[in-house]
Amino acid sequence: MKVNTMAEMMVTGNTPEVLFWVGCAGSFDQRAQKITKAFATILDKAGVQYAILGKEEACTGDPARRAGNEFMFQMMAYQNIQILNGYSIKKIVTTCPHCFNTLKNEYPALGGHYDVIHHTQFLQELIENGKIKFTDTNEWKGKSITYHDSCYLGRANDVYVAPRKVLESLEMELVEMKRCKSKGLCCGAGGAQMFKEEENGDKRINLERADEALATQTSFVAAACPFCNTMLTDGIKNRNEEVNTEVLDIAEIIAQAIR
Amino acid sequence: MGKDFSANDHPIARWKNVFLLALGQKKMFRNPIVAILHLCVYFGFVIINIELLEIILDGLLSTHHLFEPYLGTNYSFLINTFEILALLVLIACVIFLVRRNILKLKRFISKDLNGWPRSDANYILIAEIILMSLFLLMNACSTENNFIISKHIQPYLNDISTSNLVVIEKTAWWLHILGIYAFMNYLPYSKHLHILLAFPNAYYAPLVPKGMMHNMPAVQNEVIYAMHPELAPADATAPASFGAKDVMDLTWKNLMDAYSCTECGRCSAACPANSTGKLLSPRKIMMATRDRIEEVGKNIVLNKGFKADGKSLLNDYISVEELRACTTCNACVEECPVSISPLDIIIELRRSLIMEQSNAPQEWNGMFSNIENNFAPWKFAPDDRDAWTKQV
Repeated sequence: MKVNTMAEMMVTGNTPEVLFWVGCAGSFDQRAQKITKAFATILDKAGVQYAILGKEEACTGDPARRAGNEFMFQMMAYQNIQILNGYSIKKIVTTCPHCFNTLKNEYPALGGHYDVIHHTQFLQELIENGKIKFTDTNEWKGKSITYHDSCYLGRANDVYVAPRKVLESLEMELVEMKRCKSKGLCCGAGGAQMFKEEENGDKRINLERADEALATQTSFVAAACPFCNTMLTDGIKNRNEEVNTEVLDIAEIIAQAIR
Repeated sequence: MGKDFSANDHPIARWKNVFLLALGQKKMFRNPIVAILHLCVYFGFVIINIELLEIILDGLLSTHHLFEPYLGTNYSFLINTFEILALLVLIACVIFLVRRNILKLKRFISKDLNGWPRSDANYILIAEIILMSLFLLMNACSTENNFIISKHIQPYLNDISTSNLVVIEKTAWWLHILGIYAFMNYLPYSKHLHILLAFPNAYYAPLVPKGMMHNMPAVQNEVIYAMHPELAPADATAPASFGAKDVMDLTWKNLMDAYSCTECGRCSAACPANSTGKLLSPRKIMMATRDRIEEVGKNIVLNKGFKADGKSLLNDYISVEELRACTTCNACVEECPVSISPLDIIIELRRSLIMEQSNAPQEWNGMFSNIENNFAPWKFAPDDRDAWTKQV
């Protein structure tokens, strides 16, 4: 499978329907790379004309901005918008809710206007349009799963339905956690916490959330954010439950079911 | 005191928020039972105040049930409604007192409320109970009427002579009216001010997605001028400061937020940091902000302008450790029934911490330099960004 970059597309005079913004975690983190590959595979099989920025992509600046470093954020935003506008990008899909939020909500004020969607929304669209077809032996059918709402997808942008619709399309048995949707508990990684040690307290946030996920007694925990994925996986490992409960991104689940 | 902040766009959407969030108390319904009790107190408070008009006029004109002849049978219906509401308020306030002092719900026994704030809440509830009791007692003394609730008090008053009844009625009238006047004057000093400020606070609530942070055009321009020096105006001056160190650096909306807060603690109960024992409490952020505004306000009055007192909101009122614990998850913003954003203040203080004081944990400094040098928050070679494409 060939993954084209925007630069390569330009050379051949092609314009992709959508730019796949991979994000730093999706590009470099070994676990998140699997999500990236799964989503790229889905795009390929669904016949979507897409491209990535490749080496031209850079951090959106989200963790810097939330830590308080506005200068660093503005520098990154400036560079990214120059590249994106240079390619006349119209539509962006991303597997990272943090990139999604920044590109969608914060770049317009800086001159970057794009139609930005999260991969769970795109997957819902592709399933509803019949572009994604599932194998006849739907191995996911009836399996129990709980979905963890990412803060930057849920509360930050009111995306609660799309990820659940995607899971429903596989006829999985969705069990909600005690705190879900707008009441969903953070995994502990947002606001640049991913990049520092947690402050002193009684319990780690990811452990608190992992305990809530485990309380549903489902075989799978669905995530839609590479950071949430890491935090929940660590929490479940900490409880020695990784054999019974696996954390998967929604794209990984679909990639295993697609025809 | 606060910085300028414009929020007058989309008036229709803003009025909708006023009706849904303030008048309709939409967010309260996240817990329906509490919402209904709160609604009873609220409507009781507002509607019984209509009756207050008659009570005041009766007192001034030495009349008794002034409106009765004009309203005929409607009068009984009206007073009965008021009495039912008064009873509901009374019951709700008793339940609220029980929740606070006997059931000891976590958010009410939090150390955030130690001292005055905890008493403030109890005083208000007790005051409401007394006011409602006085209102019902006053009606019960009026033996020629049989109102729905107060008639049940009347049997207990049978043995009292008419002249004494008149004294009791007059006393109840005076205590009720004085109580209400005292309450009105107490409001601005109390967390109870939310009954008024909930309305403007809902109107000026942000209409953008919660994930969106305020842009800093000053920093944006600095970066543009660095990239394109030719664009910099000749008289370009660097901004005086970045982020907020003290309450004067916050917007008036942030300050109004502080006065709208009724310290209910829904924010802190939902906060992932607070509920796992971290020092951060979004409620305390709002309380600290209000305390500091009060202090700065007194300073301004005393010195006819602010005289530096060697203190600031950052460090003296809100510690670095609290700010560092925030995951910006927006749970506090989502929960607040009166459209307060503790997160906004946290972010502004974080900006000051990083950009003014270069005060960042070691790991964050590492993250910043990785972004600067490798275009990713981790130390990976930028050339490997698309390495995954070779594995598909």
